[in-house]
Amino acid sequence: MNPLKSIWNFLSSTYHRLGSPREFYTISQYTTPVFGFLFLALSLFGTYFGLFVAPADYQQGDSFRILFVHVPVAWMSLFVYVVMATAGAIGLIWRMKMAFVVTICSAPIGAAFTALALLTGSIWGKPIWGTYWVWDARLTSELILLFLYFGIMAVYYAFEERKTAEKATALLAVVGVVIVPIIHYSVEWWSSLHQGPTVFVEGGPKMPPEMLLPLAFMAVGFMFFYGYALFLSMQAKVLDNERKSRWVKEIVSDKTR
Amino acid sequence: MNWSEFFHMGGYAFEVWTCWGLTLAVLICFVIYPKRRNARIRSEILRQIHREQLDQKNDA
Repeated sequence: MNPLKSIWNFLSSTYHRLGSPREFYTISQYTTPVFGFLFLALSLFGTYFGLFVAPADYQQGDSFRILFVHVPVAWMSLFVYVVMATAGAIGLIWRMKMAFVVTICSAPIGAAFTALALLTGSIWGKPIWGTYWVWDARLTSELILLFLYFGIMAVYYAFEERKTAEKATALLAVVGVVIVPIIHYSVEWWSSLHQGPTVFVEGGPKMPPEMLLPLAFMAVGFMFFYGYALFLSMQAKVLDNERKSRWVKEIVSDKTR
Repeated sequence: MNWSEFFHMGGYAFEVWTCWGLTLAVLICFVIYPKRRNARIRSEILRQIHREQLDQKNDA
């Protein structure tokens, strides 16, 4: 059999299975703990190498260790938005129920990552830049992203009827995706106090391996955390949405599950 | 390297530990909150099932 075709069949069957709330709930009960475990393992490695092994920076001393939380949460603030908007588009185009659940459950997680990126950046900025805040392109666009997340959450709760709320939320998420390239390129398009890209640049990362390794561990670990937190939140949301259906009642009455 | 030197973070103890602490606190919240929500919804559904069973008994 054609390998491409079998890959396609596998992807398509996974898509259709995950599209059903019941199938999602069953599959997620196995995958969620795996995500949690991978997050824990990777972030513990990252923490060990970041706090104990990596030598202090020659300019910033030990304050650069904020990098290992600041950079992953900042990346995640954009990554979560892209996932959220993509899921919103899938939900709107193919009317997939579970895609809306991904969008709605991602918003608070993305907002938290954005708030953390702003807070840790601000605390780091005080000793290094001499100020907590400046209204420059990178910081301002990231702040707009936070308000966008808040707006998306507010829109969902503003509608009484769930289907309308889901569509409006997804639409705002899709329209708002324009902020992602603006934030990403803000340090190149406008002069900024914030440093330019260091890791994903032509000719490879401009960072010594002792710094890059823990950063990579933390970044991948945080991705698994997103998967973990998202699935936990989606499980609760699916139970809430489908509480009238028979399969939910069966799962809930069955104490072993 | 000793522990007090480690916690001192070369004079950046406040900045480094606040950032790491905030991040840790937020991560913990995003695990605890959905788990509690899940448990709450499950108990609501369970109560609903008991109510329905009681209604059925009363009707019979």
